[in-house]
Parts: sequence; structure tokens; C-alpha cells
Amino acid sequence: MRLEPIANPSPVRRLGLPVLALVATLGVAMLLALVAGANPFAVLGQIATGALGSRLAVLETLNRATPLIFTGLAVAVAFRAKLWNIGAEAQLYAGAIMAVVLGTGALGSPWVLPVSALAAMLGGAALLLGPVLLKTRLGVDEVVTTLLLNFIMLLFVSYLLEGPMKDPGGMGWPKSTPLIPEARLPRIVDGLRLHWGFALAILAAVVVWVIQTRTTLGFEIRAVGQNPEAARFAGMPVNVVLVKTALLSGGLAALAGWSEVAGLKGHLSSDLSPGFGYTGIIVAMLALLHPLGVVVTAIFVAGIFVGSDAMSRAAGVPTYIADMLLATALLFMVLAILLTKVRVVRG
Amino acid sequence: MTPGRTEAEVVLRLDGITKRFGALTANDAVSLTLRRGEVVALLGENGAGKTTLMNILFGHYVADAGEVEVFGQPLPPGNPRAALASGVGMVHQHFTLAGNLTVLDNIRLGTEGLWSRSYGGAREKVERLSRDFGLAVHPDAKVGRLSVGERQRVEILKALYRDARVLILDEPTAVLTPQESEALFATLRKATALGLSVIFISHKLHEVMAIADRCVVLRHGRVVGEVDTHATDKGALAALMVGGELSLPRAEAREPGAVLLRLEGVSTPGRGAAPGLQAVTLELRAGQITGLAGVSGNGQAALAEIVGGLALPASGRILVKDTPVTRWTPGEALARGVARIPEDRHHQGSIADFDLTENAVLEAYRTRFSQRGWMNWRAARGFAEEIISRYDVRCPGPSTRIRLLSGGNMQKLILGRAMAGGPKAVGPTIILANQPVRGLDVGAIAYVQGQLIAARDRGAAVLLISEDLDEIMGLSDVIHVMSEGRLSPAFARGTMAARDLGLWMAGQKFEDAHAA
Amino acid sequence: MSEIIDILLSASFWAAVIRIASPLILATMGELICERAGVLNLGIEGIMVIGAFTGWMAVYQGMPLWGGVAVAMAAGMLFGLLHSTLTVPFGLSQHVVGLGVTLFATASASFAYRLMLPEVTSPPKIDPFRPLDIPILSDLPWLGEALFSQTALTWAAFAVAGIVALMLYRTPLGLAVRAVGENPAAVEAQGLSVTGLRMGAVIVGSGLMAVGGAFLTLSAFSSFFFEMVNGRGWICVALVVFGAWKPGKALLGAILFAAFDALQIRLQQTELGVVLPYQLFLALPFILSILALILMSRRAEVPAALMVPYNKGER
Repeated sequence: MRLEPIANPSPVRRLGLPVLALVATLGVAMLLALVAGANPFAVLGQIATGALGSRLAVLETLNRATPLIFTGLAVAVAFRAKLWNIGAEAQLYAGAIMAVVLGTGALGSPWVLPVSALAAMLGGAALLLGPVLLKTRLGVDEVVTTLLLNFIMLLFVSYLLEGPMKDPGGMGWPKSTPLIPEARLPRIVDGLRLHWGFALAILAAVVVWVIQTRTTLGFEIRAVGQNPEAARFAGMPVNVVLVKTALLSGGLAALAGWSEVAGLKGHLSSDLSPGFGYTGIIVAMLALLHPLGVVVTAIFVAGIFVGSDAMSRAAGVPTYIADMLLATALLFMVLAILLTKVRVVRG
Repeated sequence: MTPGRTEAEVVLRLDGITKRFGALTANDAVSLTLRRGEVVALLGENGAGKTTLMNILFGHYVADAGEVEVFGQPLPPGNPRAALASGVGMVHQHFTLAGNLTVLDNIRLGTEGLWSRSYGGAREKVERLSRDFGLAVHPDAKVGRLSVGERQRVEILKALYRDARVLILDEPTAVLTPQESEALFATLRKATALGLSVIFISHKLHEVMAIADRCVVLRHGRVVGEVDTHATDKGALAALMVGGELSLPRAEAREPGAVLLRLEGVSTPGRGAAPGLQAVTLELRAGQITGLAGVSGNGQAALAEIVGGLALPASGRILVKDTPVTRWTPGEALARGVARIPEDRHHQGSIADFDLTENAVLEAYRTRFSQRGWMNWRAARGFAEEIISRYDVRCPGPSTRIRLLSGGNMQKLILGRAMAGGPKAVGPTIILANQPVRGLDVGAIAYVQGQLIAARDRGAAVLLISEDLDEIMGLSDVIHVMSEGRLSPAFARGTMAARDLGLWMAGQKFEDAHAA
Repeated sequence: MSEIIDILLSASFWAAVIRIASPLILATMGELICERAGVLNLGIEGIMVIGAFTGWMAVYQGMPLWGGVAVAMAAGMLFGLLHSTLTVPFGLSQHVVGLGVTLFATASASFAYRLMLPEVTSPPKIDPFRPLDIPILSDLPWLGEALFSQTALTWAAFAVAGIVALMLYRTPLGLAVRAVGENPAAVEAQGLSVTGLRMGAVIVGSGLMAVGGAFLTLSAFSSFFFEMVNGRGWICVALVVFGAWKPGKALLGAILFAAFDALQIRLQQTELGVVLPYQLFLALPFILSILALILMSRRAEVPAALMVPYNKGER
């Protein structure tokens, strides 16, 4: 077989195939439910109600979506430049650490939130700077270095929680001193369990979208990602663009950790993120790397997680079905995107 | 004409081969026969369908219609292995060699069953073939370190090692000096004397006349003529090949102006097999086309990088209008009026999935199409539309992705972008044209060359780099030759014969000049 | 300092080094085969998880230990088939597909574990491979304990390294694999199938990765935990670079790496372990991997066509 580019893919092809990928994922979900001995339609229904069936469920889904929007944006920005940042997990924790460092009394009230947010972004950006410089200077593959940094970061957090940041009142649980009230993100509406982090995440998506479509930096990021050789030939500072991209990407991922600590948990613990950094890759790919699409897919992915939790309690299908579905969706989606651009021909 | 040749056994028959790529018909009912011991030339312009036809024969593509017969047996389509087994060997235009492996490994790759344990007598056979066909090359050398001519010998040995009875050579002389081409022809004559048959793909008329017995001419995917080379001449072949459509522009001599760009003793480090520049001194004058001839891979790329702002010399100076430059980047070169037409329009000159607007502003988006970091897409689009209309870029509109354009239209957009003059909207004063017409059809070639001449007549200094001697001799006011990173003195147009140019290209004259 | 020398001289240290190196050797050889053929397989981490889980589960369900190894290998090859189908004929991004395969394989193992053992709180143990008693050699003083008290799976790991080296450098198949990682067009022009060679390499390589994972459950720990692979796959990717894509050097790299790992475990029991946080010791393997990548960045001879998909007939 051979792949032949399609000159002008029809809208049916461009939209139909990604939809087909999602439908195929649903098919896999039903198959897994059958394997687990449950009624496939009931399982799908329970996932849907678990995610969106009540006001509480919706708020839980949106809360879960918040860090995913940030990590999804981080990945979308980086992948656009073909900078393979798989280290959003570590950058998330860098942001969380900053939230604790500045939010536990080191800083007075009016400034603490904006300053800690900025510090978080700087922390995340700094963490990605190393791998990107190793890539531009020495040609070291950033996938492996960012992956390895995730493990180092988790151990560092574990060290902080047992040492310098340990909560004296934590009764042996590995968690940090809680944030002072001024350092907490308030709720958007009183009484509803949804914090301003969600609104900030949407704002971030809009900002990223504006950067990508309206600014010279966005133009450069896309050019470097599509064809670094042509970008260099045209006079773009390719390495500088990659570094700027890394700073933006690392900063966005760090905001995920910052908003989880400042908005939701109020303290740092080593289970702060159940893999939000890795899930961000799925969120970004499902959104075809479009920043506004990331908001939609992050809510979708969060809904699958929240819904699967609820479904698992009711139907007895392991909650890991959510991880399987998302990995399946990712693989189906990359194949679908390819097939919108090429057709498979004989010979 | 040797009596009996027409009665010699038919070794290869292509019958009614048709191949379409989307709307393009690359081969339209092409038929061809090849007999034992003869050389048939397949002649045609770029894009005439020569390479497609041979890729079908060799099983890289499957034809939509038609049949291939080798030694009377039908050849199953789409199967290179079957083609090899039937005795067809192909020497591709772009060599298919693994650089990190030895000559011997490259030759015996795939010749034994994958599950067998070892090779018997491979080295002896390679050494014997080298001797018999005059193809000297060391079996244990890494291919990555060989010269282009040596690599071609490895390619031919690969085919001979598999006992090929039919050799197909796709534009084999494109990368050779005239003298190396002579050596290749000697090898081919030995091969036909031993009963092999050869298909020789080319668009160079004098070579076809020199080596082929018969010539099949392709135009727009169709066979437009089949002639005995002993019974024809270059003019007749040329008319068949281009269909008498167009004659290429020839530049008339003109009085040169001031020196606009000067390289003084510029040297650069080599990169792998590619040599760096060795103390190159070059002057580009206003109102003059300076042609740079040479076999590809002799430092032209390094020189183009220096002129285009992509590299800094390790030693030596660059002077623009008598001012030495200190910072030298693509942006700086553009700002000083250097326009660049890159060698590789697909990988360097354009971004395939960007639309025409985005490609048009690639070099000037910072200075002319944005304010304080915000893109001015309205102005960018207007600029693209201007290029499209002024340079006759055939396309649905400025939002078309550039990958959908033909090579010629793509090149016109790049040309228009370059002529619009980078950061400032004044025309360029120095133009670097690196292989500007490679792979284009005749009409586009005439257009691009005409634009270069027009720019010269407006007073621009043009550096034309090409491997095609005819192009260099037809357009240049002065000619330099490069060999292994060294630059020959300048020769005024018409003062040197092709044969002498060949000796410079082979490096021979550099040695003579050094000794003298 | 004298403590370090004591550790280095103890036979149990070297026995541990070889034990720790075994899964790394198997998975590194698997990754090396993939990369020599031109495919970066980032599915390695998840494929090791699948190997650890399926091998263990097969034995827990009553299969013999070697049966468990075979099941793990088959499962790994299945995921290799998935990876290579997407990356070779379809030419999809090897980064994205590799991570997708890792996520998918890891989730599959977790899902299947919960499905098959819904009630258990701690995973059941199996009877693992025992150290082989080799006549004479195992009874040698010091050497017997240091080198010759290993399980059959360890011996298999070292044998695999030798076989991979022989295959790559001494057989027509190995030549074809090396060539397809250098220039697939050369392979196709010689009548061999680029797709077949690359997919075959990824499938076999993935099988080896899975056996490396199975080593953890069948020979090292006798039980399955969710986090047990814990980045070993990524370390193996670094080891391939460190070994300059050569089996011999990669083997030495794995042993060197295991030596550092065994050393840090022992150093935690010394005074250093009191002064320094234990997390620093645990992070050492990851820090070393990054250092190894930096060290080899300029020197290594990368297969020229690594991560470059090949589409027939495209120029």
C-alpha cells in the first residue's frame, strides 16, 4: 500500500473521519463493558449521567477539566512547534510548589495571588528550559528528558512534603502546610463548588488562540513546527522561537498545578495530579491542537473520568475503562486526522 | 548500422503503459521495446514522464493499464523483487545507498535469503565485476565517504551483482563531470559488448547522440517519436522533445557596473562528504549575471549559504557595497538587499501546509506586515495577491495551500517574494538564484530565466548556480567553476569551450594552475 | 569511602547488579532493534507493564513459568503490531503513537487486573524463577554468589544480547535491518519490503520489551504492582542512545546503570543515607539517564532514517 495526498479533502472527509474516530471509541467502550459482563448501553448511560446528570456532577466535571485545559494548552502550544513536551506533569508540580512557597504566609494579601501565579509560570517555564536548550544546543531528544524529569520532580515533591514543606498538623499524611485564605482562588459563585481557576483556564485558551492567529510569535511557532528549515531560511530565529514556545508551554502547564492548589485543594500533596500532564496530551490531540478546541475536549475527557468513577461504583466495571477509552480515542484520532489528508492506494 | 541488430532478441517490452496521478496523466499508453546489446535513450523534458515509466517497470508504481514483459515473461506489477529476479537493474537518479554501510554490504543487501546464515563468495564476485566493467571501488569503504562518481559505480555494481541483463540509468550524468561521463560511457559500451541492454534516461541531447543506438522521445507522457540516432541530429531531437514550443531566453552582453557583493578569501569548514569553501574570492557586479558551474556537491551549497546569510565564514570577509558586514543572518542579508531563490523550493523555499499569503510574507512578516508583534493579515493578503497577478502564479487564490501548486507556480511565488525585496519594498540589488529552474517545465523555465535577465537589466547583480552547463553558458555574463570548494577565475562569456569547463569541474585545471 | 569499597567488593552487590540489569538488558535490546530499523518505540514503558502483568497473570492462572514468559512475549508482540501498523505503513508520528501505546497498554493492564481480581487488596504472589544451581561454578567462593546464582531468565537476557549482536552484524537479516534504518529506499531498491522489515523489527523488539517487564514479576518480585515498571522503559530508551545503538555497548550501559542502582540502594543504609534524603538516591537513575544522554549527544551515530517514515514511491 501507499499513501497519496488528497489535494482538496471534502468537508465530509475532514469532519466525518474525526467523528467516526469518536464513534469507534464508543464502540470500544461497549465492547469493554461486555467483556466486564455489564450491559453496554447501561454503562454508556451511567458514564453520561455520572458526568453531566446533576448540577453537582457538572461542577465536578468542570473542576476536573480545569487542570486539563491548562495542560492541554501547554501540549497544544508545544506540539504546534513540534516541541515534544511530555513533561507537563513535572511543570504542573513546579507551579503547585510555587503556590505553596508564596501562599503560606511569605507574602501579604493583595499581591499574593497574581504574584504566585506569575511565579508558578516562571517555575514551569524554567523546568522546560533545560530540555529545550539541550535540544537546540546538543540535539538531545526532549521527549526522553522531559519524561525523565517527571520522575525526578515527583521524588522532589515527595522530599518537600516530608521535609521543608511538611504540614506540622498533617498527622503523618504527606501534605504541605495549607495556604492562607488570601492565597486561595475564590469560587465563581458563592455556594457552588467551582473556582476561578476554570475561568482563568478559558481566558488562557483565548489568549493562546489570539497569540497563534494574530501575532508574529504565533506565525513563527507554526512555521517552525511545519518546516524548521524553511523558517530558518526565511530568517526566523528558530531556536529562539523554540525557547519562547517552551516558556509559554511550561508556564501554562504550571498554572494547572497552581490552580489545583490555590483553587481546589488548598495544599500540596504527592497525589495532586492523577496524570493530568499525560492526559493533557490526549486533550490536545483530540482538539487537533486548536486552543479553543482544548476547552471542549478537556471537558469531554474530564466527563469521561468523572462519569467512569460513578459508573464503576454502580456497574462494577473497573474505572480504568476511562484510561483505556482515552488512549483508544487518541490512537483512532491520529489515524483519522491522517486519513483526512491522504488516501490509501494500491501500489 | 550493424546488420542483425533489428533481429536481435527482444529482452524487454513495455506495452501500452498508462499511469495517472489524480488529474495528471504521467504516462499515456507508452510502448517501448529493447533488444539484446543495444542502448536505447529515453529522452524528454523534466516532467515528460520518463522517471514514472521506469518506476513502473521497476515495480515502484503500479500502472493503471498496460503490461511489461521481460525475456518473454510477463512481469508482475508493483514488485521490485520480481523485476530484480527477472534481470532488470536500475540505477536511480537519487542513489539508493545506505551511507553508514560498506560498499560490499550495500551490494549484497537483499541478495541472500534473509534467514540464510552467510554469504558465499560475495567479495570475489564484486572484485571480478569491478575489473571486468572498469568500475574501481573498494569493497570495504563506507559508502558515506565515497565521491558521487564512486557511488554511482556502486549502484551499477549492485545491478551487475544480481546478474542484471537490462540496466536502466536514470539521468546518470547529472552528477558527473564530462570526463566522468566518458568513463561511464566506456563502462556501458563494455556492458553492451557482453550482451547487456541499456535504457539511458536523459534530457541532454549530446549524450544521447554519443551513447544511444535508438532514441525514444517522450512529451507530456506520450511517445512522440522513435528514431535511430545514426539517422537524426540534435536539432531534430530537440524539436521532438519540446514540440517546437519555446526557445529559451539568451542574455545579450551588457556593460557591468559597480561591485555590489564581494567575498574576500572566504573559507568554511567541510561537512561530512561535502567540502567547505577554500579561500574563495568572488565579486558580483551590478548589471551582470555571474554563473557558477560545477558538479553538485563541490561547495556550491556552502557558497549559497554564505551569500544567503545562513552561515558565517570561518575566515575571510563579506563586503556589501564595499562595507564589511559584521552581523550576517538571513534577516541581515535581506535587509541589505540580497534576494534568495533557494535550491530546494519544497524544503527551504516554502512551507507546504501554509497558504500562499503566509508563504509570501515569510521573509518580511516582521518588518512590513506587522506592528509591535501583531500581524497585519490584510496587508499580507494584498501583498500575496499582488505577487500572484504580477508573476502569473496560477492558483485558486491567496488562501490556497502552496503544496497544491505545480513546481513552476510555486517557483513563481518564491521569485515574486524575492523580487519584492524583503524588509523594504525596494527591489533587490543582489539576487542569489540557486538551481532556479530545476525540475520545471519548459514554459516555467523560460519565464524564470526571463525574470532573471530582466532583473539584471534593471541593474541587479545576479549569482546563478546551476549544474546544467547549457543554462550557465546561455545566461551568464561571466562564469566561475567550483571544484572541491575552490573557485576558478572568472571567464567572460563565450571565451571557454565546454571541454575546458569540464576540466575545471573535474579539478584538473586547479592542479595545473597550482603547479604553474 | 571505605564503605563504598566494601560494597563494591561484596558478592551480593554484584549478584544484585546482574539481577537489576536483566530486565533493562531485555528491554534495551528490544528498543535497539526497533531503532536500528528506524522506528522509535515509545510504547516501551507500557509494553513492559503489559509484559509484567500478562506473564504474572498467566502463571497465577496455572501456567508454567516459561509459559508466562511466552504469554508476555506474545502480548508485547501484539502491542508491537499495533504500534508498527500505525507508525510504519501509515507513517504517523512515532512520538504520539508511542505515548498512545504506552497509555493504552498501561490502562489495559490496570483494567484487566481489576476485572480479574476485583476483590483483592494486595496482589497475590506466584512462585517465581529460582536461581539456577550450576555445578562447580555456583560453588566457587565469591564468584559463585556474585555471578552464578542467577535465574534462568537472567541467563536468557544475556543470551538475547548476544543473539541480537550476532543477528545484526553477521546475518543477511541483520544487514537488512541496519540498512532499513539507514536508508529505506536502498532496501526497497534491492527488492526487500521496507514495511515488512520495520514492522517485523518493532514486533520482535516489543516482544523483548514485554519479556523484560515479565522479568520483574516472574523473577524479581513475584507479584504485580501498578507502578512497578516506574520509568524503566524511558531509562532503556536513554540506554540505547548511551550505547550508541550498538548491542555490546548498550549491554555494558545497562550493567553500569544497574551498578549505580544497586549502589544507591546500599548507600541508603550507610551514613550518607542519614545525611541525604532518600529521594535523591531514588532519583539517581533518572538523573544518570539525562547525563548519559548529554554525554553521548555529540558522539553517537544515530541511524540516519530514525523517525523518518517511508512512503513508497515518494521522493
